[in-house]
Amino acid sequence: MSFTPDIQAFCCHYTSQQTIAEGREGLKNDGLPDSVNLNRLVCTGKLQVSSLLKAFENGADGVYVAGCPADECHNMKGSRRAAKRVLAVKKALKELGVEPERVEMYHLQRGFHPEFIEAAQEMDKRIKDLGPCSLKGEDK
Amino acid sequence: MIIAERKPVDEILGMVKNAERILVLGCRGCVTVCSAGGEREVEILASLIRLGMKKQGRDVEVIEGSLVRQCDKEYIDAIDQWQGRYDIIISTACGVGVNFIANQRPTDKVYPALNTSFLGGSPEQGVWTEQCAGCGNCILHLTGGLCPVARCAKSLLNGPCGGSVDGKCEINPQVECVWQLIHDRLGRLDNQDMMNEIMPIRDWSTAGHGGPRKVLRDDLTI
Ligand code: SF4
Ligand code: SF4
Repeated sequence: MSFTPDIQAFCCHYTSQQTIAEGREGLKNDGLPDSVNLNRLVCTGKLQVSSLLKAFENGADGVYVAGCPADECHNMKGSRRAAKRVLAVKKALKELGVEPERVEMYHLQRGFHPEFIEAAQEMDKRIKDLGPCSLKGEDK
Repeated sequence: MIIAERKPVDEILGMVKNAERILVLGCRGCVTVCSAGGEREVEILASLIRLGMKKQGRDVEVIEGSLVRQCDKEYIDAIDQWQGRYDIIISTACGVGVNFIANQRPTDKVYPALNTSFLGGSPEQGVWTEQCAGCGNCILHLTGGLCPVARCAKSLLNGPCGGSVDGKCEINPQVECVWQLIHDRLGRLDNQDMMNEIMPIRDWSTAGHGGPRKVLRDDLTI
């Protein structure tokens, strides 16, 4: 059965510069999967646990955050804060009986880097393997 | 302040299982400061309840609200603003808040989202430790400002017990022996003689062993 997941990516301004430069079409040519929707933020440190949970409420099968390298964040500790919040969401998913791998943190180099696309592809594969998220209640 | 932490989601989902409309009610007092039950945590818990119920194939309405405090009568009255819009209240206040709602609203169903843990402080971000047990008859002037009632595993008033090793309590090597701390501190303050004073057997009625406690201030009542 074919399944196109809904994956919400939250990326900081610096790791997602590629998105402005290339636009959706350019990114697609680079290999960005259709399943991934990019949400740009000024800094991932601004992300709240509730925003990540909201993405699941809105029907996401997977959610990931792309921020600066842990010790080189443009805003000092922004991406480290984001990583902690991703951990909190993993814990919450576990409590809800859902695979914690549905949410992930990526620390990526700023600027143009193939890792940006690789992270999206990795999540796309991971979520396709896991199948639809049970939080959507569709198997009931 | 009062330190608390959220109960497991499963336990909370069990409380709300028959409800259609849930008011998740935060408190902007202590539990906001210890990041257990303020507006931010209300938002998170509301989301978790919606997700948990949806997973079971149920759509519930979850209203998010918060009060200045849940431990004062006049603030509890503000719940009237949601009147008729909820079947149950999940309070993210400490146990005092839940009791206050139950005291004042005889027909409202109210359940605790938090485990109220202790009276404590935050030595560093994200860490809270117990400091006082609210015993109602403070002896900190005799113990160098460090509380053996709350911080000694046996609440000894004439410690140490003899079981401490390298300054750590015998119940757990991660826990400091507060009597060692008291001893060292009294020494630093040149008050080491206080260690030789024997505290008499204590009347614990002020500590709750004499039933629920009450403070009455005639100068403040109207
Ligand atoms: S002696 Fe009693 S009131 Fe004083 S800090 Fe200890 S528990 Fe609190
Ligand atoms: S080792 Fe110290 S803190 Fe622990 S029970 Fe004995 S006196 Fe109390």
